[in-house]
Amino acid sequence: MDIFLQNVANSITLGSLYALIAIGYTMVYGIIRLINFAHADLLMVAAYIAFYGILIFTLPWYWAFILAIVLTTLLGVSIEKVAYRPLRNSPRISVLISAIGVSFLLQNVAIVVIGARPKPFPRPEQLVWNIKVGEISFLSLTILIPIITFILLILVMFIVKRTKMGIAMRAVSRDFETSSLMSVDVNKVISTTFVIGSALAGVGGIMWSMQYPQVDPLMGLFPGIKCFIAAVMGGIGSIPGAMIGGFVLGICEIMIVAFLPGLSGYRDAFAFVILILILLFRPGGILGESTVEKV
Amino acid sequence: MDDRKNIKFILNIVLLLIIGIFLWWGQDNLSAFYIRILNLSAIFAILGISMNLVLGFTGMFSLGHSGFMCIGAYVAAILTMSPASKEIIYFMEPIVPVLAKVQWPILPAIIAAGIVAAIFGFLIGIPALRLRDDYLAIATLGFAEIIRIVVTNTISITNGSLGLKNIPSVKSLWVYWGIAIITIIILKKIINSNWGYAFKAIRDNEIAAEAMGVNIFSHKVLSFTIGAFFAGIAGALMAFLITSVDPTMFRFTFTFQILLIVVLGGMGSLTGSVISAVIITILMEVLRVVEQPFDLFGLLQIPGLPGMRMVIFAIGLLLVILFYRQGLMGTREFNWDYLLDKIHSFKKRGASM
Repeated sequence: MDIFLQNVANSITLGSLYALIAIGYTMVYGIIRLINFAHADLLMVAAYIAFYGILIFTLPWYWAFILAIVLTTLLGVSIEKVAYRPLRNSPRISVLISAIGVSFLLQNVAIVVIGARPKPFPRPEQLVWNIKVGEISFLSLTILIPIITFILLILVMFIVKRTKMGIAMRAVSRDFETSSLMSVDVNKVISTTFVIGSALAGVGGIMWSMQYPQVDPLMGLFPGIKCFIAAVMGGIGSIPGAMIGGFVLGICEIMIVAFLPGLSGYRDAFAFVILILILLFRPGGILGESTVEKV
Repeated sequence: MDDRKNIKFILNIVLLLIIGIFLWWGQDNLSAFYIRILNLSAIFAILGISMNLVLGFTGMFSLGHSGFMCIGAYVAAILTMSPASKEIIYFMEPIVPVLAKVQWPILPAIIAAGIVAAIFGFLIGIPALRLRDDYLAIATLGFAEIIRIVVTNTISITNGSLGLKNIPSVKSLWVYWGIAIITIIILKKIINSNWGYAFKAIRDNEIAAEAMGVNIFSHKVLSFTIGAFFAGIAGALMAFLITSVDPTMFRFTFTFQILLIVVLGGMGSLTGSVISAVIITILMEVLRVVEQPFDLFGLLQIPGLPGMRMVIFAIGLLLVILFYRQGLMGTREFNWDYLLDKIHSFKKRGASM
């Protein structure tokens, strides 16, 4: 029973991390119909900035985290300006190749500048302590991460549903050209989307490296792909969908390994199997609706 | 123009002869290092054109190439290793008895590698090719990753993460470039056949192609399967060149390199892919310099920067895709007509003067 509760706690934490990152993916995809491969590497960048802020520049952890989130956001927005905006009217394959190129560039710049060897991430003591409830003990992060995720989710939902910018975002994601005719500043809307998405990636990266305290240049790769899968599972473009997808994926991963230890070597393959099943049988995802392309 | 047809035929023969003489000369006179680089570029040329068939000619963004290479490499390795060395290498878990005594010659093993990869391509293509664009990309990437994970975990067949060693070594330029040239010829024939026209129609406009009576799905699967076949063959050649394989070789990075070759050479040009495969392979060796420490006239010590090559390649890919999307060749191909026309007009001008 204790082990079961432990697994439940783990899967909620992992699920909320996935959910948080998946929201960034789903927002960007909803607006410009692009898998932002670089999103995954923003996690890594945020983790490294926080890492160096704390260890080299000896900043207090909150300043280091704020700095990491701000710089990651700037990076995300500049990536959109430099690598995606010039290709807005070209075939989708070109934009995808550009996104893959950016992702590869970030990873390898990190390898050159920082080195490929993983480094331990310094957990700030004020945020991470042990909690003991009866027989099971767990880290404060197990509670903290879901709380932060929920707060950010509500914030993002508020922006998208209630503010003027949010209405513009939904308009652009529905119909690019018509909304630009309705005097929506499309570039500004897309930039704002990238600001929100990248900031979420920054928060996600920091929390990821606190939960699994290790940073390396390729650390974003797998979480990134899995979070995109979570976004597809929930129905791409839908923010509550990304949340549900993230939790379902996190719970599936932990529980399958917990109950079928023989399959633990295949852990990274589950997400892809789920993705392929979802795409084949319910391409719109859990909350999405499938669309048919018309001439 | 019957005359010209004959001239072109003769020119093709002459070109093949020149390549043949070069290979014959190179085999005896080039150092082992250069031969290795040439062989590697032959492998990348096969990979480049097979990915180009899928991406550049059929317009399907598949990122699963490294997975099919992985299958090809393992099939070829397991089929050709000697029973004695299998016994030594599989010490974690003995190899399944069926495969323990098998030892095939090189060529049948290469073909078997291609066929097995093609079967997997067919099986993966049927579900995956219902998807399009970025969904297809992420699903094929997923399949490649699944293949790698399965290979890592089926220890009694693949020896898991330890990989395989002592694979028979093939050093002959003839094998690598011979297969590369055969691949080029076959793919050229396919692209200029009815299949090829159907592929291009699907690339340009799927709905219009369907309206013209092209069976979209079966042609997509066909193109994908052919691509997987040649990727498997390239994987087999890779195993014979390096003489060892392990699952980490076939990471996504590998697909990225092939993508780079296709984009740089021009999506939709076989000639471009072959040229850029050779250029990239040579650059990869030349640029090793930047990853090693060296000092500048004894004045300045510059430390080596591991990973710098990939930074350069990533920037190169971005520059091409942002500013010069057609790549080296666009969709043009090398052909004699262009040269002959030039000569013809030159002659005419000479006569009129």
